[in-house]
Amino acid sequence: MDSVHASKENKRAQRWYKFFVYLVLIILAITIVVPIVWVFMASVKSNAEFYGNPWTLPKHFEWSNFVSAWTTAGMGRYLGNSVFVTALALVLLIVIALPASYVLARFKFIGQKFWNGYFMVGLFINANYIVVPIFLMLLGGDQFLQRTVGSTFFLNNLWVLALVYAATALPFTIYLLTNYFRTLPQSFEEAAYIDGAGYMKTFISVMAPMARPSIVTVILFNFLSFWNEYIMALTLIPGANKTLPVGLLNLSAAQKSAQNYGQLYAGLVIVMLPTLILYILVQKQLTKGMTVGGVKG
Amino acid sequence: MTGSNSARTRFIWLCLSPAVILMAIFMLYPVVSVFQMSLYKWGGYSPDKQFVGLDNFKILAGDMNFIRSFQNTILLIVVVTVFTLAFALVFAAILTRVKFKGIGLFRVIFYIPNILSIVVISAMFSAIYDPTQGLLNSFLRLFHPANWAGIQWLGNEKIVIFSLAITLIWQAIGYYMVMYMSSMASIPEDLYESSALDGAGVLKQFFSITLPLTWSTIRTTLTFFVISTINLSFLLVTAMTGGGPNGSTEVFLSYMYKQANTNSAYGYGMAIGVVVFGFSFILSAVLQAITKRDIYEF
Repeated sequence: MDSVHASKENKRAQRWYKFFVYLVLIILAITIVVPIVWVFMASVKSNAEFYGNPWTLPKHFEWSNFVSAWTTAGMGRYLGNSVFVTALALVLLIVIALPASYVLARFKFIGQKFWNGYFMVGLFINANYIVVPIFLMLLGGDQFLQRTVGSTFFLNNLWVLALVYAATALPFTIYLLTNYFRTLPQSFEEAAYIDGAGYMKTFISVMAPMARPSIVTVILFNFLSFWNEYIMALTLIPGANKTLPVGLLNLSAAQKSAQNYGQLYAGLVIVMLPTLILYILVQKQLTKGMTVGGVKG
Repeated sequence: MTGSNSARTRFIWLCLSPAVILMAIFMLYPVVSVFQMSLYKWGGYSPDKQFVGLDNFKILAGDMNFIRSFQNTILLIVVVTVFTLAFALVFAAILTRVKFKGIGLFRVIFYIPNILSIVVISAMFSAIYDPTQGLLNSFLRLFHPANWAGIQWLGNEKIVIFSLAITLIWQAIGYYMVMYMSSMASIPEDLYESSALDGAGVLKQFFSITLPLTWSTIRTTLTFFVISTINLSFLLVTAMTGGGPNGSTEVFLSYMYKQANTNSAYGYGMAIGVVVFGFSFILSAVLQAITKRDIYEF
């Protein structure tokens, strides 16, 4: 009789525990979802609606917010710039990091330890510390060109920005890809060599395709960090060719005086939407790959 | 093996050199120049650099603005680490241990802040913290009389640093939660079963099984907390408050960036960079040393 009573008590405690856990989880989920949903709603509100209660639903869809963000505020053009820089940086990163990782992982040569250590050192260098020296280096290059050929090249150049993005992502990418290449069995290369393939052919047609799963991980992570990056873009592109986050930064600074709220939130949606869509498509892979990941920021 | 030895060497260098060169130009050289420039007095645009030895560091030691940014950074590191660690650990333990519907959905939602740009987060939280039309104050107004003035989340010098801390915690919980979850998922189920038979409750299990067995992951993330709080607070402050009002949210790297880029005091700015780098290195090492425990195996 006693034990029945105890288990009943236990069950009730269990139920309360579960209820409490659910409640806490839901509260946290709400604090994350509500601001994001609110931005989406605010992006279709008319300007007059911003002076009332912020919790009211939009009365109708004010698409002109998006039109003015896209054209007047230049977000359409910045979007193009961001797509260009992100894509170019990803291509450069893979083309440069993949062969280097392959060689470091699968060849024995003099100085191999040294070069492995060389790239490991890079893991400790955060881009935020070296923004200013990179800026000064490029400025110096431009001043030199100005004196000699009378034009500038390095600053305000999206190609250079993409190259800097690729360079700062190199150490971690090489670390990831090297670890992956080490897990592949030796027999693949041996078979290719026996078939008479040279080093280059073996790498391009046998080994590189085998690295596809970890290339996907590399692209996912770096897409997010390149797309979202702003301090390097802000510093290296002082001119009009801004990327999307820098454009948004300008928009939100301008909004403080102009009070054009609808345009700002439409701009926010334009920046956010691609990452949200990507995340929903690949969230499993992202959170799984993250456990091998490093520090954000 | 095919090919001559020289073909092999050529291939190795062909593959390696682009990465080596790129990293030398855009990472190693800038790092070396941070240290080198910290010893010079240099306005940047003018070509004349003046070697001043450790003078920049001496000035730094008496610079009240720098000391303030130091205090702000340490406050943020402590607050963000303590709260994020606690929340992330508890939520991770719940999501791995308790089996009920919709767990996958929570996991997906909690990770969302981590994929948003800091610029997006800063614009979003500016809207939340807005004193008159902000989401937070208009929610709190429900519990206050009609003439309630509202809280100046970003305008009050005493409050604003905590408003930033909340934003950073909001941003970070999901990331660390996923990290702890993957470590907790590898703890064998029978450990929990046998301790449940011994009458251990959920809390006891958390402290005697979950926590000791995830300890090495927690230690690693402590270093991440230090490094990422220094970096993200810089990005957030630059986008959201610009260090204001009145220097009350100035942090390490935002002060460095301001000195170098706005003030064109490049040598002085780089001296700040050197100090911050040293500080984060030492703090991480100290944290690793004091959290050293015997590793529990299972």
